[in-house]
Amino acid sequence: MSTANDKRKAPAGERVADWADGRLGIYSLAKANMRKIFPDHWSFMLGEVALYSFIIIILTGVYLTLFFHPSMNEVEYHGSYVPMQGVLMSEAYASTLDISFDVRGGLLIRQIHHWAALIFLAAMMVHMMRVFFTGAFRKPREINWLFGFLLFVLGMFTGFTGYSLPDDLLSGTGVRFMQGAILSVPVVGTYLSMFLFGGEFPGGDIVARFYSIHILLLPGIMLGLLVAHLILVFYHKHTQFAGPGRTNKNVVGMPLLPIYMAKAGGFFFLVFGIIAIISAIATINPIWALGPYRPDQVSTNAQPDWYMGFSEGLIRVMPGWEVNLWGHTLVLGVFIPLVIFPLVLASIAVYPFIESWVTGDKREHHILDRPRNAPTRTAFGVAWLTWYFVLLVGGGNDLWATHFHLSINAITWFVRIFFFAGPVLAFIITKRICMGLQRRDRDKVLHGRESGIIKRLPHGEFVEVHEPLTQEALHTLTSHYQYTPAEVGPTVDENGVERKVSRIERLRARLSKAYYGRDNQVAKPTVEEYKEITSGHGHH
Amino acid sequence: MSSQDIPEESPSSEQDHAHGAVAVKDPFADPGLPAHRPRVQDIDERAAKRSERTVALLFTVSMLATVAFIASYVVFPVDKIVYIWPFGHVSALNFALGLTLGLALFCIGAGAVHWARTLMSDEERVDERHPVEAAPEVKAKVMADFAAGAEESGFGRRKLIRNTLFGALAMVPLSGVVLLRDLGPLPEDKLRHTLWAAGKQLINMNTNEPLRPEDVSVGSLTFAMPEGLSEHDHSFQTEIAKAALMIVRIQPEDIKDRRELEWSHEGIVAFSKICTHVGCPISLYEQQTHHVLCPCHQSTFDLSDGARVIFGPAGHALPQLRIGVNDEGFLEALGDFEEPVGPSFWERG
Repeated sequence: MSTANDKRKAPAGERVADWADGRLGIYSLAKANMRKIFPDHWSFMLGEVALYSFIIIILTGVYLTLFFHPSMNEVEYHGSYVPMQGVLMSEAYASTLDISFDVRGGLLIRQIHHWAALIFLAAMMVHMMRVFFTGAFRKPREINWLFGFLLFVLGMFTGFTGYSLPDDLLSGTGVRFMQGAILSVPVVGTYLSMFLFGGEFPGGDIVARFYSIHILLLPGIMLGLLVAHLILVFYHKHTQFAGPGRTNKNVVGMPLLPIYMAKAGGFFFLVFGIIAIISAIATINPIWALGPYRPDQVSTNAQPDWYMGFSEGLIRVMPGWEVNLWGHTLVLGVFIPLVIFPLVLASIAVYPFIESWVTGDKREHHILDRPRNAPTRTAFGVAWLTWYFVLLVGGGNDLWATHFHLSINAITWFVRIFFFAGPVLAFIITKRICMGLQRRDRDKVLHGRESGIIKRLPHGEFVEVHEPLTQEALHTLTSHYQYTPAEVGPTVDENGVERKVSRIERLRARLSKAYYGRDNQVAKPTVEEYKEITSGHGHH
Repeated sequence: MSSQDIPEESPSSEQDHAHGAVAVKDPFADPGLPAHRPRVQDIDERAAKRSERTVALLFTVSMLATVAFIASYVVFPVDKIVYIWPFGHVSALNFALGLTLGLALFCIGAGAVHWARTLMSDEERVDERHPVEAAPEVKAKVMADFAAGAEESGFGRRKLIRNTLFGALAMVPLSGVVLLRDLGPLPEDKLRHTLWAAGKQLINMNTNEPLRPEDVSVGSLTFAMPEGLSEHDHSFQTEIAKAALMIVRIQPEDIKDRRELEWSHEGIVAFSKICTHVGCPISLYEQQTHHVLCPCHQSTFDLSDGARVIFGPAGHALPQLRIGVNDEGFLEALGDFEEPVGPSFWERG
């Protein structure tokens, strides 16, 4: 660049940029990305919350490793926390007490780390729901959906291995639960347990092993997935909602430089700031109040962190079935929940592939759906959430019982029944609500907005004046695409020879009908309908 | 979704305009991006100045908060507890550091966002999207390149090389699997035995003294460990995870299970404290009914009836330890548990 004009020396910043460009090609990179357009919508920041809390977790986590000792050697405590003086505990627990009571600011960083982890998982879940309910997972973003899903699942296990590290009474009980669940695995359960714990439970290895999983293995994989996730967001360009000027072939919004540099960069500080303030005023995981782990002691109200709650629900409400055959025990009461646990998660992960198979749609989709315009998808999503939250209730059945003065047996039976009935009810109700909202949109397009003005006609009749919508609003409400249900087609060809229709094909046609048949979506108004109504006197 | 993709779905409004022949235009057509509406800061320089001052003020507050953070770090002793309404008694240092750090960060964020929202251009711009899929000629080139490369390697032709390569690649990870063998010992019968054995006295876990029958009163719940085990032992945690015992006294006529009565001593019964569900210690005892409840998953056992499961997810009764009294009048075990304690497993049978 500077060779073009040798007389005038370029400014220092430009010369640094030239140097870097000659080695990294940054100008070509910047050409494509510096003014990249991002659309604006409040729901798009949910993923940002997840991203920023992940960065906060890494920053604070590195600090914590400087003081934490991942060792299960028993020591007698002589730190500054008086109630624990002389108590036998593992070095892991003792060093966590040191971080909390002797390292200045250590407690703050520990609390920021834990709060950020809870917020990270919550943000990922809500972000995932945003993507789900607006259909942002459709082609070309299915792989990015899977990356995000993997981040969520790995985040759960990183969280679990993380809160188990202090070796306190509560988390040790959680590890015991995991070990009991592993033991239930047919044939290899005892072997898995012995290998994971380096012998019998609890042994002396599990904290050190969890430590390397928690700080190296899982976050390493997550960092890779996260970078891939973001690269794909840039590559695909962000989705946008329908609106005037917004099409499937463009992206309307503000440029990265300067708007999103400032907004997204600023948002990182907002998230960090709020988590720091929460950590200043709200205690989380007060391990000093729980005491060190002892396999023969336990506290009441034992609860995992929220994101593990649904697995807790599965294990609590499952009947204690055990089958003894030929000298072996099949521990169904624990093993079935252990199998359902990944299935609950996988059921939402595979949904995009099921939907694209039903629609047979091979096009790219960059305009987001309003949830009401995809009633079956929305109903499925709400059914899944219902399932998840019913299990969360099961996981906290003791808290529900004590806080709301309910019988624990009643709650357990409620969860057992609603594990099956809840999603079905939620599906039916949600679908009806979506259809109702579609009808309302249709009415609004055809008859305009209710103005609230009541007019008395000369012959005494009262009517409400409806205001016609603007063309922007009309376009926005009618621009969504409606599929027609797939047909199996004639089973006999023109020569009268019977054609074989596979079961899969029939299933697909039936599903397609359930998605897009007459009773499963409201036909959006056509131009003819609109003209017929508006060309008359406006009202019928 | 968009009208561009699906020509049959919405008659293109651009066509209507281009030909000018159609009298009534499509009411649902895309009217295009709405015109930009200027903000007050775009028109009124005084408002823009106000925004500028607000942003600068936020950044200044952040600087002051960082100074306050460092001051708090130096000033507050690490163990100072203060009462702050409505949070109660909190660590002064944690409270001050968290609030000042939070404020310093939050103000940077608030300043940047306010700057972007009020002073930077808010005019919407349009970028084109391009299909992800490659053009047919690109695809053809890639396929040809691949075919050429594969052909030159002889991968498909020289089957011996291919098959031995697959074999080698399939086998080499086995070394990694083998290396995992020493992660832990084999289970063998480790889960079947505890430290309990005939003649071992029951040591009260609260007093560390051997228990006498008269120490165990009706309605009390006593925890015990085997004689010879000490909290300072290297293997204490692992041993107590299996050997933990709970002892209650029930009027012998209230004991419904005949074997339980036989294995008891004057109504004193000893059961494993480790839940048969997933291994939590059971700690809640209802004196009147002799029910014990595991606080983790609410499995409930009836200690007056062989500790059978009466509620919750546990699959079988708590193992009972056979006890008696030795010559010195202390409670002792008459053997190990006859079945494995704790959670069920495949080899349990």
